[in-house]
Amino acid sequence: MFDIISKLNRSYMLSLASENRRVDGRSWNEYRKILIDAGCIKKAEGSARVMLGNTQVLVGIKMDVGEPYPDSPDMGVITTSAELVPLASPTFEPGPPDENSIELARVVDRGIRESEAIDLEALCIEEGEKVWIVFIDIHVLDMYGNLIDASSLAAISALLNTEIPKYEDGKVIHEEKDGKLPVREKPITITTAKIGDMFVVDPTYEEELAMDARLSVAVKEDETICAMQKGESGFMSEEDIMRIIDLSIEKSKELRRYIPGD
Amino acid sequence: MKGYDGPLIVDGKRIDGREYDEMRSVKLEVGVLKRADGSAYIEMGDNKILVAVYGPREVHPKHLQEPDRAILTCRYNMAPFSVSERKRPGPDRRSVEISKVIKNALLPTIFIEHFPRTKVDIFIEVLQSDAGTRCAGITAASLALVDAGIPVRDLVAAVSVGKIEDTLVLDLCGIEDNYGSADVPIAMIPPKKEITLIQMDGQLTKEEFKEVFRLANKGISELYELQKEALRKRCEVGD
Repeated sequence: MFDIISKLNRSYMLSLASENRRVDGRSWNEYRKILIDAGCIKKAEGSARVMLGNTQVLVGIKMDVGEPYPDSPDMGVITTSAELVPLASPTFEPGPPDENSIELARVVDRGIRESEAIDLEALCIEEGEKVWIVFIDIHVLDMYGNLIDASSLAAISALLNTEIPKYEDGKVIHEEKDGKLPVREKPITITTAKIGDMFVVDPTYEEELAMDARLSVAVKEDETICAMQKGESGFMSEEDIMRIIDLSIEKSKELRRYIPGD
Repeated sequence: MKGYDGPLIVDGKRIDGREYDEMRSVKLEVGVLKRADGSAYIEMGDNKILVAVYGPREVHPKHLQEPDRAILTCRYNMAPFSVSERKRPGPDRRSVEISKVIKNALLPTIFIEHFPRTKVDIFIEVLQSDAGTRCAGITAASLALVDAGIPVRDLVAAVSVGKIEDTLVLDLCGIEDNYGSADVPIAMIPPKKEITLIQMDGQLTKEEFKEVFRLANKGISELYELQKEALRKRCEVGD
């Protein structure tokens, strides 16, 4: 059913595109309205709910103490997971993470990790033995398209209000805090969809059903690109990609302003 | 969980300042999600729960269809960050059981015979948990069903009654639940006080059950008014 609808939508979108219009009236490089509700989950060490138009994503941060990886014995660990819970869309089904949720988690993870947003050395408790593990859990609440950008925005917003729990006598006391998580960068991920010859930022789910390809680009504050992910089977040219990088740098500055101050 | 060894009742008031028969503050909102056919959100004290309803829709695999009625499914799920110790994602034995009892709490109100060979799915996502999530989930799910346009006989509301320091109190909060001695979640179709769910753990006498129901009735009739108000608000013509 969704295949038929997406084909119909696609021809409609392409006809609109020839007049430089989109289904919801936005211009090609315009984001939907962004609202961020930071620190909304008290039981979490950090949290943020992002509303990107009708898309809603909640990210909660939990922390625990565990073993470091053997190749980085003095560094904390980041673990990102995503749940596409069936509450969020008629097409999501319960069960273990599928490829879509794994991809989402990994793309968000990469933006945070590669930008070195978290000072992992500061999360070492005892070299080679005990380090802090930062769990970034992405909970998708309303799937109206562009989960990657909404989740990335929620993840960095949540990390910025994360407080490290107290660690005493080998026990983590979640109810007591011991300072802020050291976050030193605000990476922003911008996703652009290609539909025919048209490019649109921040695709809705209808546009995602019709798109040939998408490119997500994570940008640091100094305009460095720190992660990238192409999705779907359609192709993009080098010019396309360069154009999207330029666009992503420009849009990342705009989106970064929505991140609650620290 | 950090050890708490202080008193649960001081000068006739509970740890969060409530009277024995006082519920935590409740916020109900209907139609909060855009993709779902129906949805509702509840805050009950520190509980924050979202419910979505999808359907009536096709049943897969087909052999699960019922020729004379719709089937109802329910999935209660806790977000990993909803509790102090991170909860491993996915269903555990507790949530499977809770899903089942919630389904049965809501089923009697639904005209499932109107939708043969289809299913109705209820998804309950606990975003923040502080005791009484199954009850809050039921209260919100009943509204989400109505929001989805599914015909129901009436609403279902639910609250728990518990025992702390030999006193029965309405609507346990997290600390009371952890250090209390009994917990009785109850769901009802309020006008006729038809109970669609009751569970219990801990120890209570038969006499104490009278007080349990008195408290539950009080809480549920308050919740019923809040539910109706939330639905009215949803139906208001505005903007």
